Amino acid sequence: MSVPTRSRRSLPSSPLAWVAATMLASLVLLALAGPLVWGAAADRPDPSAVLQGPSAAHPFGTDNLGRDLLARVLTAARPSLLLALSATLLGAAGGVVLGASTAVVGPRTRRWLATLINLLLAFPALLVALFLAVVLGAGAGGALFALAVASVPGFARLAQTLAAGVSGTDYLAAARVLGLRRHRLLRRHVLPNIAEPLLLSTTMAAGTALVALAGLSFLGLGVQPPAYDWGQLLNQGLDRVYAQPLPALAPGLAILYAALTFQLLGEVLAGSAARRAHAPQSPPTAPLPATLPAPLPVPDGPAGDDHVLQDHVLQVEDLTIELPTPAGVIRPVRGVSLSLRAGEIVGLVGESGSGKSLTALALAGLLPEHARVGRRTHRLLGADLTAMTRKERHHHLATGLAVIFQNPASALNPSLRIATQLTEAIRTHRGASRTEAAAQAEAALRRVALPPSLLRSRPHQLSGGQRQRVMIASGLMVRPALIIADEPTTALDVTVQRQITELLSDVRRDTSAAVLFISHDVALVAGLCERVLVMYAGTVVESLPADRLATATRHPYTRALVESVPDLTADRDRPLRTVEGGPPDPLAPAAGCPFQPRCPHRRHRCAEDVPALTDLDPGHRVACWYPLPAPAKATAS
Amino acid sequence: MTGVSDVSVSLLPRHPWTAFCVRRSARLVLSLGVVLTASFAMIRLVPGDPVRAALGVDAPPALVAARRHQLGLDQPFLAQYRHYLGGLLHGDMGASLITGTPVAELVRTRLPATLDIALPAFLVTLAVALPCGLVAAVHTRDGRRPRAELAFTAVTAGLASVPDFVLAAGLSALLAVGLELLPVAGTAGAESFVLPVLALSLAPTAVLARVVRVEALKVLAEDYMRTARGKRLSPARRYLRHAAPNMATAALTVAGSLLPAMIAGTVLVEKVFAWPGIGSAMAQSVVAQDYPVVQAMVLILGTTVLLAGLLVDGLLALLDPRSAIREM
Amino acid sequence: MTALTLCQVTVRYDGPHGPVTAVDGVSLDIPAGTTVGLVGESGSGKSSLARAVVGLTPLSGGRIILDGREVGGRTVRARRHLGRRVQVVFQDPDTALDPRMTVRQTLEEAATAFRRLDRRARSERVAGLLDLVGLDPRLADRLPRQLSGGQRQRVAITRALAVEPDVLIADEITSALDVSVQASVLNTIRRLQRQLGLSMLFIGHNLPAVCYVSDVVAVMHRGRIVETAPTTALLRDPQHPYTRALLTSVPILNAPPPGEPAAPALPALPALPALPDEKLS
Repeated sequence: MSVPTRSRRSLPSSPLAWVAATMLASLVLLALAGPLVWGAAADRPDPSAVLQGPSAAHPFGTDNLGRDLLARVLTAARPSLLLALSATLLGAAGGVVLGASTAVVGPRTRRWLATLINLLLAFPALLVALFLAVVLGAGAGGALFALAVASVPGFARLAQTLAAGVSGTDYLAAARVLGLRRHRLLRRHVLPNIAEPLLLSTTMAAGTALVALAGLSFLGLGVQPPAYDWGQLLNQGLDRVYAQPLPALAPGLAILYAALTFQLLGEVLAGSAARRAHAPQSPPTAPLPATLPAPLPVPDGPAGDDHVLQDHVLQVEDLTIELPTPAGVIRPVRGVSLSLRAGEIVGLVGESGSGKSLTALALAGLLPEHARVGRRTHRLLGADLTAMTRKERHHHLATGLAVIFQNPASALNPSLRIATQLTEAIRTHRGASRTEAAAQAEAALRRVALPPSLLRSRPHQLSGGQRQRVMIASGLMVRPALIIADEPTTALDVTVQRQITELLSDVRRDTSAAVLFISHDVALVAGLCERVLVMYAGTVVESLPADRLATATRHPYTRALVESVPDLTADRDRPLRTVEGGPPDPLAPAAGCPFQPRCPHRRHRCAEDVPALTDLDPGHRVACWYPLPAPAKATAS
Repeated sequence: MTGVSDVSVSLLPRHPWTAFCVRRSARLVLSLGVVLTASFAMIRLVPGDPVRAALGVDAPPALVAARRHQLGLDQPFLAQYRHYLGGLLHGDMGASLITGTPVAELVRTRLPATLDIALPAFLVTLAVALPCGLVAAVHTRDGRRPRAELAFTAVTAGLASVPDFVLAAGLSALLAVGLELLPVAGTAGAESFVLPVLALSLAPTAVLARVVRVEALKVLAEDYMRTARGKRLSPARRYLRHAAPNMATAALTVAGSLLPAMIAGTVLVEKVFAWPGIGSAMAQSVVAQDYPVVQAMVLILGTTVLLAGLLVDGLLALLDPRSAIREM
Repeated sequence: MTALTLCQVTVRYDGPHGPVTAVDGVSLDIPAGTTVGLVGESGSGKSSLARAVVGLTPLSGGRIILDGREVGGRTVRARRHLGRRVQVVFQDPDTALDPRMTVRQTLEEAATAFRRLDRRARSERVAGLLDLVGLDPRLADRLPRQLSGGQRQRVAITRALAVEPDVLIADEITSALDVSVQASVLNTIRRLQRQLGLSMLFIGHNLPAVCYVSDVVAVMHRGRIVETAPTTALLRDPQHPYTRALLTSVPILNAPPPGEPAAPALPALPALPALPDEKLS
């Protein structure tokens, strides 16, 4: 699997950028210099050379008055481009004002404006332009105005859509509460935030306008003789297309070239805008790595416990994940080991960015395909996944474990019936017949306390809690030995959360499946699980029985995390415990303990050596050089 | 809880559907009104005297007056409008200023020819762009194969910027004249459809393929696609059963917006191929300033576009009732 | 110090399936200088209420009374009058700040919304405000994307305080933050409320967090307030069944491990209807 890195990803876009820039420069040059250099030649009739084909003197031939067509095409660049740009800018200005104002006016005016834009959009721009050009009379001015008007609805719709995105943001609401007036809202908050995509589509629209103006001239509605632009030249030459293709098509090639220029330019602008949107969100002080980290090492950690744990459902050692990002390769999970016995429920706790969800995905073999995974051991139900072929591994994972994701609203496919989503796994992997599968699906739904009639529903007809029950039922269909629940209740209300965690407990009791419960909620995990692993910056810093979380944590981070959770019985006059600073920059991991910069108990050694996860007693392991004393001090509770 | 969901299954579509139909019809009536009024007003808005312009400065005043009377231009404005609408109801669209033939006759012979190329062009666009976009998305997801992505982007950008009338001229020069493979113009046999359809559909196909790829990339990044991966379903099942239905709405919406442009594009393409359709009639009459014909063509093209939009919206509503109705 | 009173406030929307009553006749009293917590689950109407109070959503019924005088939010003029007294902080740190404006520009815009300040006064004001919420003054020239979620939320709080309001409405301001960051934002908001004598409406779905900062807690369910009581009283002796269901559902850190009999940290409460009567395990 190739790993696209920063340098390799930006490379392919640069030739396109160069091509677009060169083409644009040539057009600008042509528009500026064309009439000065070739203007005279373009207007000089030569009765002796009427309607000639290509020759050395006239590379594109001559027209019916013997004028040189190459010179005429080159000279026509200025009027063609000027008209197209003016029409686009006029249309964009009108459209943007119309569309963007929908974000700052009242709801009734907004509805009227939206209806108006919808109505105008029903008519294709070319038809509107044609109609207006007829009404306004043939001529460059009429065509320009017609085209500008015709492009207003398109711009208005775009600006309306973009502005709707801005008007839903909290900063615009805050600005409204500050009492800013409408023109100020529009100028300061709406327009600057939609300017970039608008500029982009204006570029693309310039190409379209150029083609449309050429089309009007081609029909005889645009530039009138003796003036000429590319469309008119094409119109004049069309009769000869069968006899002398090049003289006839030369203006068409010019139109094509200009249209392509604007299209490519838009493409390049869009590409760079997208890259900037994905730029790192970290403060600029964070140094970017000059070089890539060394390739993923073959894990060779402390040997000795490398034996197969027979009663374990899952056994993973030294799991490391590398992810390429636009800013460089990061290693969000570094040397995580964990194992689960049958029927055991284990919590994996950490804050955002700790690597807990990526660990879950790696265990299920569901990481994005550009991620690189290293591990010393990865056994599911005793079978070594690393030694299997891809197909065997897929079958083993599909039938051995089930994953329940955070957001049941998006984890279920909105366009498939519940029945399909429940049965397809066992029909694929267990070869179940349609009726068998349906019977099992009914049983699974009953198991999660849902009526079998839901099988015919689609996800949007269910409540959030029902959807998560369906996800659990879907996981149960394959009779998994391991259920990985990745923040399964974070998107749910607290009363529903309790129902779901109770359901998971029941399922574990009845099926003796092991459960790996991943959450950011220390209190939830403490109440639900037997054993808890605490993750920080991609490593497990502490592993302990759940009942020790409240009072007997030994790692300074775990202790701080626990104490920062407000409790219903918390003393409301005492400030909550906080941890100064933020998690380490994943792009620039420092040496030593990852928590060391924020740790109130740090000493010299912490900044130099990484502490390994070591046994304090059976069942309690901690990765800290100087663990806190065992009998805990008074905690927040 | 279960009761709630059962009720919602049966009750949900009813009210929104009525609302959808009412609103959609209201919009259609309003747009049709705009088209009717615009086509009526056009001939009155034209600078100068349209009859004199069409017949030339040397035309005898009696003839001009007669034509003016024939067009009803000497009547009060509202009476003209009533007369215009009444005429339309009886299929009377006036007569050409130049040839004197009834415009209705022209429409009857020419509209089928235009639809003969516009509809196949639309179908070709769908048939080519949808699979191409999906395949491109599958192969370039997660930033894979950056070179293939660049090639797809560059090629579709290039094709999307080829103006249909330039392409039409180029194709006729190359294939019809240069290689003598296909008929140059006219409607003789199935081969004669190839070039106009190709000219009309190439750029929209490229545009649609790009949109489909972007939509497909969005769908492939959804959580439910990860769920499908978790079930280890076959790629065919994942892409066709799980991904495709979820991008159909967006793809069809964009395709629907391309259809009117395609119908308008017939004006230029038909001119190049001398195709005896509405478009070429319009092109000719615009140049000749034969306003009754232009008026009728604007009306017909505008109405066709509106009906096509109605068709697409109805299709969308059938495919994905929730989003289509909500967006109305 | 200012008291805010909501009187039979009703908010209706046009939903896809007809009108939806998001807030249904809510009356709530926020005495001067106190913090009232408003807790409810998603869809309970608590955010609609917040938006209605500051004039972002029109009222369908009821009145909002500031120090005995009714205020409205229908016109820009009325909103300016309201905005001078009542400010709001929203939930999402990602869209809380205009991505194209630096912290300084954001704060200056707020500080000059209702009063004129010369250049020097402005920069002093920005420095003073950043100091107030405990942010490094060097952050003033950063753009929002160069700040962490917690920092952005603090800037949003600062922007609201820049107009020196009497009443602050905090709408789920910590729900998108990690717990350790949430703790420091909660500490800050509580300190500011006491220091500045603000009247505050603190809205959230996380019962412990709301209780931690509030003197009085109101529980909202399906658009109505089902119970209002001083925080300690509410925790000790909840009256409404929904409040009890909410309290029993909150996970408690020092709960006994599974398998052992649970010693209730709170009075034993009935479980939710339709649920097996089981201990939280």
